Amino acid sequence: MEKDVKTSRRSFLKGSVALAGGTVAGAAVAKEADPLITEVQDWASLTGVGVDEAPYGLPISFEKDVVRRNVEWLTASPISSINFTPIHALDGTITPQGCAFERHHSGAIELRKEDFRLMINGLVDRPLVFTYKDLERFPRENHVYFCECAANTGMEWAGAQLNGAQFTHGMIHNMEYTGVPLRTLLNEAGLAAAGDLKDKWVYVEGADASSNGRSIPMEKALEDVLVAFKANGEALRMEHGYPVRLVVPGWEGNMWVKWLRRIEVTDAAVESREETSKYTDVYEDGTARKWTWVMDAKSVITTPSPQMPIDHAHGPLVISGLAWSGHGKITRVDVSKDGGITWETARLGKQGDSKALTRFYLDTEWTGEPMLLQSRAIDETGYVQPTKDQLRTSRGENSVYHNNCIQTWYVDENGVVENVEVS
Amino acid sequence: MGSSRMSKSLNQIVLPVAGGTALAVAVALVIANLDYGQNKISSLERRVEQASQQVEAANQKASEEAAVSDALRTQIAEVQALADKSASGGSDLTERAPQSEAGYGLGREALAAEIAAWDVDVLPDGRGLPEGSGDVFTGEEVFAEKCASCHGDFAEGVDNWPVLAGGFDTLADKDPVKTVGSYWPYLSTVWDYVHRSMPFGEAQTLTADETYAIVAYILYSNDLVDDEFELSHENFSDFEMYNQAGFIVDDRPEREYAQWSGEPCMENCKPAVEITMRATFLDVTPEDGGESVMNHAATEDTPTFVAKAASADGGGAAEGTESPASQIDPGVIAAGEKVFKKCKACHAVGEGAKNKSGPQLNGLMGRTMGSVEGFKYSKVFVAAKGEGRVWDETALVEFLAKPKAYMKGTKMAFAGLKKDTDLSAITAYLKSIGE
Ligand code: HEC
Ligand code: HEC
Repeated sequence: MEKDVKTSRRSFLKGSVALAGGTVAGAAVAKEADPLITEVQDWASLTGVGVDEAPYGLPISFEKDVVRRNVEWLTASPISSINFTPIHALDGTITPQGCAFERHHSGAIELRKEDFRLMINGLVDRPLVFTYKDLERFPRENHVYFCECAANTGMEWAGAQLNGAQFTHGMIHNMEYTGVPLRTLLNEAGLAAAGDLKDKWVYVEGADASSNGRSIPMEKALEDVLVAFKANGEALRMEHGYPVRLVVPGWEGNMWVKWLRRIEVTDAAVESREETSKYTDVYEDGTARKWTWVMDAKSVITTPSPQMPIDHAHGPLVISGLAWSGHGKITRVDVSKDGGITWETARLGKQGDSKALTRFYLDTEWTGEPMLLQSRAIDETGYVQPTKDQLRTSRGENSVYHNNCIQTWYVDENGVVENVEVS
Repeated sequence: MGSSRMSKSLNQIVLPVAGGTALAVAVALVIANLDYGQNKISSLERRVEQASQQVEAANQKASEEAAVSDALRTQIAEVQALADKSASGGSDLTERAPQSEAGYGLGREALAAEIAAWDVDVLPDGRGLPEGSGDVFTGEEVFAEKCASCHGDFAEGVDNWPVLAGGFDTLADKDPVKTVGSYWPYLSTVWDYVHRSMPFGEAQTLTADETYAIVAYILYSNDLVDDEFELSHENFSDFEMYNQAGFIVDDRPEREYAQWSGEPCMENCKPAVEITMRATFLDVTPEDGGESVMNHAATEDTPTFVAKAASADGGGAAEGTESPASQIDPGVIAAGEKVFKKCKACHAVGEGAKNKSGPQLNGLMGRTMGSVEGFKYSKVFVAAKGEGRVWDETALVEFLAKPKAYMKGTKMAFAGLKKDTDLSAITAYLKSIGE
C-alpha cells in the first residue's frame, strides 16, 4: 500500500511540474480521479488498533527514519560517544525525549529514584543529603531551554564534512524542564560559611563512572540553574540523566551534569579534565582558551537540507529552521538564497523565549534556480551570528568547540541539497 | 495552556448576556495571546484599544449592559497590567518559585564518612589529595596491566583511544596533538581523573598509591621526569606542568562581541559567491549499515552566484567607483576574487577590513597611493602620496605585474602576477569593492 501512495505522488508531481512552465499560478489539474478518494480504502472500512495495544506509544512505523543516529568512526567506542537529534525532520521547537541527542563519557546508567542521593557539601553551613522525594517537596519551576553540546558543528572547523543538518547541528535539544532552582538547595545548606560569594564556585558531578565534574561560578548557580527531574512533562529518560540532571541555561551541554550526585561549594575552579583537556580550544598561536561556557547565537536551516531535499514541484516553498542564543532571546533571523549576497528577514514562529530554540520560517517561491541557503541569527544583545571566515580569522582553524558559523546548503536545480562551504 | 482555560471560563461568564459576545471574544483573544511574547505586546495593546472602543459602544447602546461593560473593563485593565508586566520583565511569564529564607528543613545532615567517600576531587593546589606515593617503575607495571590495552605501552594510544604522551610544541600547528604532557595545565587534573574515571569500565578501583605511581609513569612517558622519579602527596604541588601558562580565560566578549554586533548588511553584501568545498561524506549513515559514503563531486561543477546591479543603497559593493560593478562582467569579478587568495595573507577587503601586514584595499580605485590611516608605508609609498598619485587601472596593473620594478624599494614581498587574465580579473575585483 505504501508503494501505491508513492507512485501516485510521483505522477502528481510530474503533472504539476509540466504545468509550472506555461500556465499562470493555480492548482494542478488531475487527469484521472484519485483512487485514494474514489475507492474505499482498508482503513476506511476495517477497524484499527485498540487502546490496550500501546500503553506507551511510539511514533508510527512510517516515521521510523526519524531517529537519533550516531557515526561509528567518530569515536573509539559507542560507550563514550555522541548521537544526533534528527532536527531535519522535526518542526516547532520542543524536542521529543526519545530522539533527543545523547552524549555520555561512560555510558548511560540505570539509577533508581530510590537509590538516588544528592549531596551538598564544601563551604556550606550544613552539608546535606537529599533523596529524590526530598527534591519533590521544594517549590519548583518550569522552563524551556536548549541544551547544546559545545562540539556541535565542531567538524565544520575543517570545512564541509557530514551531509545533513542532523550531523552538522544535531547535538542540540530543547525541552521543558521541571525542577528546583539550585539557589533554593544552596540556601537550604546555608551559604554563610562561603563568605563573599563573588569568587566562589560550585563543583557538580554525576553518579556515573565518568563523574564528568564541572565547576560553575556561584553567580550563575544562583541565577537560573535548575536541578531538574522532569522533561516535557514526564520523567527524564535514562540517557538524559534519570532521575535528576542539572540544567544550566544557555551554557555548554557538558555542564548539564546527568545523574547528579554531588554539589560542592568551593573557593576555586577544580580544573577537572572536562574543563582543561576537553571543552577548551587552541588559538592560532597555540594559546588555549578555557571557561567558554556560553553558547553564542546560532541558527541553521532544517528544511530544505541535505536529508530534506525539495521533493515537490516549482512554486511555494517553505524554508524553515532553528535559531538560539545562550545570551537570551532571538530577535531576528535573516535568510539568504545566494550565499550571503542578499538577505531577507524570516518570520519567527514564536518569539521571546530566552535561551530556548526559536523556530523561523521564510515562505517563498522556488522555480528551480540553484540556491546557496544560509541563515543568520541575531539575539537581544545585538550579536550577529558570524560567518565561517569571521570565526577562522578570529580563532584560527584548530578549534574543536563553539563553532556557531553561518551554515551553507547548496540546492541544485533538481532540489538536491548538499553541505558546502562558500567564498 | 493556562490562558486558554482562562478564556474559556470567561466565555461562559459573558456569553449569556446579549451583546456581550463580541467583547468576550476580544478579551479572550487578548488573554489567549498573553504568553505570545514581548513583541506581540503592541498588537495586544491595539486589541485592548479595540475592545475598549466596543465597551464604549455597548455602553451607549444599552444601559442595562453597563454593569457587564464595567466588569469587562476591569478584566481589560487586568490584562493590560499583565501585558505591561510581561513587557517590562521580558516575555517569560514564569514566576520565580518562592524561597523560604529559613529553608524548608528538608534533607538530612551528611555524615563525615559519606563526605569522605564522595568528596574526592583534587584542586590545582593539591588540596584533596590523600597521603601516598608511587614511583615510575611501579607505575609502568600497573599501567601495562590496567591501561596499556587502550592507551598503549608508552601511553601513545591504541587505534582511536586517547594518546596520553607526546605532541610537545604542536599546539600552534595545524592539527595540534593535545596530550597530558603537551596540553594539560595541572597535575591535579591527571591524578583526579585517573583516580576517579579510569580504567574505563573499572573506574574507582585504583588505590591512592597506584594512582601516584601511574601519574609518575605518565609524566615519565612524556619525558617530564626521569626513571628515578617518585611522586607523593608531599612533592606533588612542586610539580609544574609544561603548558601551565598556556591557558587564557574566555576572551570572546572583547575579541568578538562588539565586532560582530550591529545592523548587518542586507543587499549586495559581496560581489560574488562560489562554492569552495563540498561535503566530504555524502551518505553519513547508509541504510546497509556500512561506512559513510565519500563525495567525489567537484566544486567546478557548481554555479557562481553574483550580485545583481548594485542598488543605490547597496552595502559594500561598487559604490563611488568610476565604473560600477554592474558594468563589469560578474564572471571576471568572481575570477578576480579567486586571484585575491594570493593577496589575502597580507590584505583584507570588505566590511570592517583592517590593515594586516599590508594595508586594507577597500575603495582602492581613485584612492591616493600610500594613504591608509595607521599603516606604516615604505619611503617610496610615502613619496607617492606626497606627489598626490592616485590608483587607477593602469597603475594597478603595472604595479601588480612587477611590484618591485614599479615601486622601487616597496616592502610588499610579492613577486607579481604573470598572467594578463589574472591582472584584469584582480583589477575588476578590487574595483567592485567599495569603501
Ligand atoms: C578500555 C579502554 C581503556 C582503558 C583500559 C583505560 N582507558 Fe583511559 N581512556 C579511555 C577512554 C575511552 C577515554 C576517554 C573517555 C571520554 O570520552 O570521556 C580515556 C581517557 C583517559 C585520559 C584522558 C585523556 C585526555 O586527553 O583527556 C587519561 C589520562 C586516561 N584515560 C588514563 C588512563 C589510565 C591511567 C588507565 C589505567 C589505569 C586507563 N586510562 C585505562 C579508555 C581506556
Ligand atoms: C607578503 C605580503 C603581501 C602580499 C602577498 C601582497 N601584498 Fe600588497 N602590499 C603589501 C605591503 C607590505 C604593502 C605596503 C607597501 C609599502 O609600503 O611599500 C602593500 C601595498 C599594496 C598596495 C598599495 C596600497 C596603497 O595603500 O597604496 C596595493 C594596491 C597592493 N598591495 C595590492 C596587492 C594585491 C592585489 C596583491 C595580490 C595579488 C598583493 N598586494 C599581495 C604586502 C603584500
